[in-house]
Amino acid sequence: MTEPLLKVKGLKKYFPIRQGVLGKVSGQVKAVDDVSFYVNEGETLGIVGESGCGKSTTGRMLMRLLEPTEGSIEFDGKLLSDLSKEEMRKARREIQMVFQDPYASLNPRHSIGKILEEPLVVHGIGDVKERKKKVNEFLEIVGLSSYHARRYPHQFSGGQRQRIGIARALMTNPKLIIADEPVSALDVSIQAQVLNLMQDLQKDLKLTYIFIAHDLGVVRHISDRVGVMYLGKMVELADSESLYSKPLHPYSKALLSAVPVPDPNFTREQILITGDIPSPSNPPAGCTFHTRCPFKMDICSKTVPVLKEVEKGHSVACHLYNEQGQQ
Amino acid sequence: MSEMAPNATIDVVIKQDQSVGPWREAWRSFKKSKAALVGAVIVAFFILLAIVGPFFVPEGINDQVLKNRLQPPSAEHWFGTDDFGRDIFSRVVHGARISLWVGFSSVIGSVVVGSMLGIIAGYYGRWIDTIISRIFDIMLAFPSILLAIAVVSILGPSLQNALIAIAIINVPNFGRLIRSKVLSIKQEEYITSAKAIGMKDARILFSHILPNSMTPVIVQGTLAVASAIIEAAALGFLGLGAEAPTPEWGKMLADARIYLINAPWTMIFPGLAIMLTVLGFNLMGDGLRDALDPKMKN
Repeated sequence: MTEPLLKVKGLKKYFPIRQGVLGKVSGQVKAVDDVSFYVNEGETLGIVGESGCGKSTTGRMLMRLLEPTEGSIEFDGKLLSDLSKEEMRKARREIQMVFQDPYASLNPRHSIGKILEEPLVVHGIGDVKERKKKVNEFLEIVGLSSYHARRYPHQFSGGQRQRIGIARALMTNPKLIIADEPVSALDVSIQAQVLNLMQDLQKDLKLTYIFIAHDLGVVRHISDRVGVMYLGKMVELADSESLYSKPLHPYSKALLSAVPVPDPNFTREQILITGDIPSPSNPPAGCTFHTRCPFKMDICSKTVPVLKEVEKGHSVACHLYNEQGQQ
Repeated sequence: MSEMAPNATIDVVIKQDQSVGPWREAWRSFKKSKAALVGAVIVAFFILLAIVGPFFVPEGINDQVLKNRLQPPSAEHWFGTDDFGRDIFSRVVHGARISLWVGFSSVIGSVVVGSMLGIIAGYYGRWIDTIISRIFDIMLAFPSILLAIAVVSILGPSLQNALIAIAIINVPNFGRLIRSKVLSIKQEEYITSAKAIGMKDARILFSHILPNSMTPVIVQGTLAVASAIIEAAALGFLGLGAEAPTPEWGKMLADARIYLINAPWTMIFPGLAIMLTVLGFNLMGDGLRDALDPKMKN
């Protein structure tokens, strides 16, 4: 097998909690705590989890918009985590990001043409004429028209703006696109359009996606593999099919059993988890999920489970699947 | 746009089909306010007066005709004459040039310095922000006119030093304004996306953050021109600004105050000039605020 395009190992982000006038560090918020995964070229890795579980933080660290506290990020043979600020700035040409809120991610004072041209200017690609041509070309690719280049963001709808956001991410011909909840601000019919556009683009331009979302249905639709995050940790990582048909981690099971099914006669085993998500500034010892887990054992509150491959292409971090294999 | 009649909406939609930049949109809503237009007209009138007025006045500003001392307004001397027999109309017209110059240049000075400091404080944060913000706090702890007097007494009384003093006392106002705006814009997603594209700090600051933080500065700046004119007049009145023969409005008021009962026109006309200019800038500033302030339409 070829080398993965992106390899992430032991990624951590701890935010210090400062107190008092002098800003003494009194604690840490473990937003992302020891996450490892890889992404193959041309595939889509979905990352799901409830809000505050660290999925967006992970996405931002991959681009080093946030500096990781620890861990290594290897992209296309280069160690991103070791690059200087300036080298990283240049490397961003290859990794681009699509943002959640299409109303906030476009500068209201710049015309669409200027917004789309900017990545090219920043990376010194082409001359004025070539850039203009490319802007028009990409506007057409994402389903807008070249005359839209003269307009301003406030003249577009949410779905159109997200298309602009996608076009901007594509301008520099990146290999990897990190999409941070790209459709959660849109309504359902527009979501489908944007998702289909992203899938078409992936085919045509051979893109690799990391797709961060909280909507399990959306992630299933677009992803080849899916990682489930809980409280800063990756608890399960598997092929989309096998995760959705046979989730292993109790948290994934609970998540999936909460997805509404459009069939009123459908009944299934409901796994209800109780309580709230614990604070990441003071996560439970051992497995972070043990406080809410219906299958809790003694070991769970003592030892942190590691993410282990229990079936081919299906890894889970849970003591239930330790040593003796499956229950 | 929702409160408009249906056919008006259609009209707007058709117009919107051309590309409408944020500035043009602001101008459109500025035009709707009568008060703002009146203010703009007054300001434009005084600017025109300051530029071309002095070429058309009937008499030189320092032509003393002692036999004509303290003449009331007449066909010959529209605004009367002062205690040296100088034509007050000519002096008031000249004064416009001085007052507007002081108003504009001091505000431009404080905007430039204040924005630089505010942007640095807001964008880089940490200890730089602490230092700059504390300096602003110290400056704001003094009543502004007192601080101006202190600056002028250090530099020595003259119109130019009054201008510098006014510029200095206004720096913290603009600095704080920009800093707070930068702090909020820094969190916007389009700044994160600018970083994600691979933009350099300087480009982010000057092409994205600065233009988006300018609207409150424009509003505040217009209003500050008005207060700078008053402050200059106040300093002139106290003898700390323009010196003797200069026809500065505040100075003219000060010189005329002993004739208030016997020759009120010596005070009324410079006073009116100050009032009108200040009113004009304030009305225009309020209009600009209404036009620029409402959240950028989505």
